Amino acid sequence: MKRDYDVVVIGSGPGGLAAAIAAKENGAEHVLVIERDVELGGILLQCIHNGFGLELFNEDLPGPAYAQHFIDDVRGHGVETLMDTMVLDITPERTIYAINKGLGYLELRTRAIVLAMGCRERTRAQILLPGSRPAGVYTAGTAQRFVNVEGFMPGEKFVILGSGDIGMIMARRLTIEGAKVERVLEIMPYLTGLTRNYVQCLLDYGIILEKQRTVNRIIGKDRVEAIEAVSVDEAWQPIPGTREVIPCDTLLLSVGLIPENELSKQAGVLLDPVTNGPFVDDRFMTNVPGIFAAGNVVHVYDLVDWVTEAGYVAGKGAAAFARDKHVEPGEHIPLTAGENIRYVVPHKLDKARLAEEQVRLQMRAIAPIEERVLVTVEDQNGEVVAKKAGAYARPGEILTLAIRPQAYELVQKATGLTVNVRRR
Amino acid sequence: MPKKYDVIIIGAGIVGSLVARFLSKYQLDILLIEKEANIGMGASSANSAILHAGYDPIPGSNKALTNVMAVEMWPVLSQELGIGYSRCGDYVVAVTAEEVQVLEELLARGQRNGVAEIEIISGTEMRRREPLICPDIVAALWVPSGAIGDPFAATVAAAENAVMNGVELMCGTAFEDFLMEGNQIIGVRTNQGDFHCRWASNAAGLYADEVMHKAGVRPEFIIRPRRGEYVILDQAEFQLTQTTVIFLTPTDKGKGITVSGTLHGNVIVGPNANFVDSKENKDTTTEGLQEIWEGGNTLIPTISRKHIIAQFAGLRATGNAPSPDPALNYNQDFIIEIPNNVSGLVNLGGIESPGFTAAPAIALKVIELLQNAGENLQEKPDWNPVRAPRPVFRNLSREEQAALIAKNPAYGRIICRCEMVTEGEILAEIHAPIPATTYDALKRRTWLGTGRCQGGFDIPRVVAILAEALAKTPEEVTKKGGQSEFLYRSTKAVDQDYLNMEALI
Repeated sequence: MKRDYDVVVIGSGPGGLAAAIAAKENGAEHVLVIERDVELGGILLQCIHNGFGLELFNEDLPGPAYAQHFIDDVRGHGVETLMDTMVLDITPERTIYAINKGLGYLELRTRAIVLAMGCRERTRAQILLPGSRPAGVYTAGTAQRFVNVEGFMPGEKFVILGSGDIGMIMARRLTIEGAKVERVLEIMPYLTGLTRNYVQCLLDYGIILEKQRTVNRIIGKDRVEAIEAVSVDEAWQPIPGTREVIPCDTLLLSVGLIPENELSKQAGVLLDPVTNGPFVDDRFMTNVPGIFAAGNVVHVYDLVDWVTEAGYVAGKGAAAFARDKHVEPGEHIPLTAGENIRYVVPHKLDKARLAEEQVRLQMRAIAPIEERVLVTVEDQNGEVVAKKAGAYARPGEILTLAIRPQAYELVQKATGLTVNVRRR
Repeated sequence: MPKKYDVIIIGAGIVGSLVARFLSKYQLDILLIEKEANIGMGASSANSAILHAGYDPIPGSNKALTNVMAVEMWPVLSQELGIGYSRCGDYVVAVTAEEVQVLEELLARGQRNGVAEIEIISGTEMRRREPLICPDIVAALWVPSGAIGDPFAATVAAAENAVMNGVELMCGTAFEDFLMEGNQIIGVRTNQGDFHCRWASNAAGLYADEVMHKAGVRPEFIIRPRRGEYVILDQAEFQLTQTTVIFLTPTDKGKGITVSGTLHGNVIVGPNANFVDSKENKDTTTEGLQEIWEGGNTLIPTISRKHIIAQFAGLRATGNAPSPDPALNYNQDFIIEIPNNVSGLVNLGGIESPGFTAAPAIALKVIELLQNAGENLQEKPDWNPVRAPRPVFRNLSREEQAALIAKNPAYGRIICRCEMVTEGEILAEIHAPIPATTYDALKRRTWLGTGRCQGGFDIPRVVAILAEALAKTPEEVTKKGGQSEFLYRSTKAVDQDYLNMEALI
């Protein structure tokens, strides 16, 4: 195989596939996708539920069908792919070290890299969940792989901790497969996943969600035998007299996702402690010239469509970098989180970019606002550069807002932009 | 006439495995039995992994004698067994004047025990050596002969070396009773049948009291399980300035909480020491985690809860045996004896900390006891003390990794992405002289699933590999033996009639 590429994409989930396609479409000749699993598609392959593609295609697709659309495009564009291959190291000079059973130890050079490794699930240890250590405690995504890809049920009687999307989707999936989901517990006073998943996966199946309630202890020697649930106050402290032992054989955890950036760090990429992903500009380039990042590796998205879009932007940027071998010296201004906003991605904006196309911002709210809201992007003088009305703002759902080319003139005067979400 | 073993060793933890390994040097028929599915599942699987220098135990006690004796054995032993060992030294730090006084006592005790080069350094010097240390430190005990080891690897390597030298190992074999003729042990009854022997060695860890009581030995000896809880920090997120072991000043409850480097590169924080009601109660608790976290924070204020990637608890086999020398007035000593009232028993009990450290010296004591009892031990001419280590992919250079994959492609497939464990390493353990047959056995031997994703990525893959290699269905693969299956049933459970119909078509 070749050892020199224009663009190498690491990961073949929705972000990676879109980046590879965009790189090809924007003039990169030799593009390679490296995937650690045996097929292209990433986690989409285990997401056999629907709800993918509504924003991008106006279609309601299951994960594998959504992925196939892009896999066909990747094949059609002549992108090279390496499956069952693990990247061990990336240098800031863009040498990639990877291993594969058949090809052995690989050392590849590339002009640009798109990091698209996705994210991993938070574990029992990270939420300091005490008790015994039996079999039968899984992250929701691992259970999803067992059920949907491997074809095995990891239990019959479940408690799910966390109202994240994968947890709620698994509650429905397990019920369909004949298991009993005793309870979904959420420590926060609000849902952490999408409302539509609450309706379609829990309400429609009569599965009980209890908020401000968590698992206090895991019980069982060989296999989970029960969990102890407890109600908590606003400070997550247990409320006396609310303990309940719930018999079950499996505990699923859907308690958050963390962008997977171990390789990024090895390459010298700087991470934002709020998103746990790289600091990126509006082309999704990191602080390391030629290293781009797309999708959940940057921050955890709620909809795959936006991941795909980010992949296109990063792939296009990577192709341009590979072609010109330098960074556009454009003037960047910072994008910062303002009122009730936890973070904004990208972290900075090339002012000139708006001459070509719109730039989409993604934000997460800090606290829920259950009434009409206005999201604004304001310059240093409070001048509104972009705005969007919404019916509510919830931490579980990403806010998106595009700065349109019409705002070009306004943005040229700005020294920085702040995003806010307020009651209307 | 059933086979008669010379020695049956009850329990394949670090003590039983090292006793087997050192006894395998002699012309003896030895059987090592273990009640769990794999060896080293008890206290040997959950402890601080520290090889103590020996300044803590009461001078003259069995603990002190075996600890200090073993300190000089570990460098050679770890070479022979192909396991990790690092003499990184350890520190005990003091914040108050009272704690400095305790350091003085430890210094004096260490010197009496024969611990080499032990000294007290100033707070300033301690801060120079470890800038992350709490700024309130006023003094520290510095013990250059303190070290860290790998208790899982040591147990596996010792037992494997024993098996290479002819010892028979039976896992899933639980001791039930002794077979006796008068006061002479003639065998052992297990859930797998009766086995005859001339000698039985009690190395049953937490259950050593119950085992010796079956022979009528020391009815007053009781083991009270004393739990220690730990957390492990992500090695990519937190490191000490240099790998070392730092203790808080000990209290009457235990050696004191430590923040310590490990051979695997992670920092470990713990343990506390609390008596629990059951020998199976290895639960972690909210209060316990809080307790060790506060201790750890006192030592190193910059550790962050965000960096915790694992938590676990282990049980110390805390006994109530008086030291052989009554003048010591110490009632928590190791039992290392051939009891007076029963023949054919080498009795080991109350082996809590520093048990991991002391284990090889205890094994030598067992040999000495047998010789003193008139056993004429003849060395095997072909005894091989060396057990070669198997490749650990993540520890190799790029060139070595490439060469390994070229030789065996299974090393070119990563199964645990956080700890970079390859399929080759997993298969090597499954097909080792002592096969790893469960997920936890593989975890402890290869370190898979111990990283930041805690098995989220590897579990489905490892279940598939174990099922194929052991010719089992995935539903039969267990986490740690017993009823600890990962999976209940297939989602596509197709009934037989349907299959027959397909065949007809």
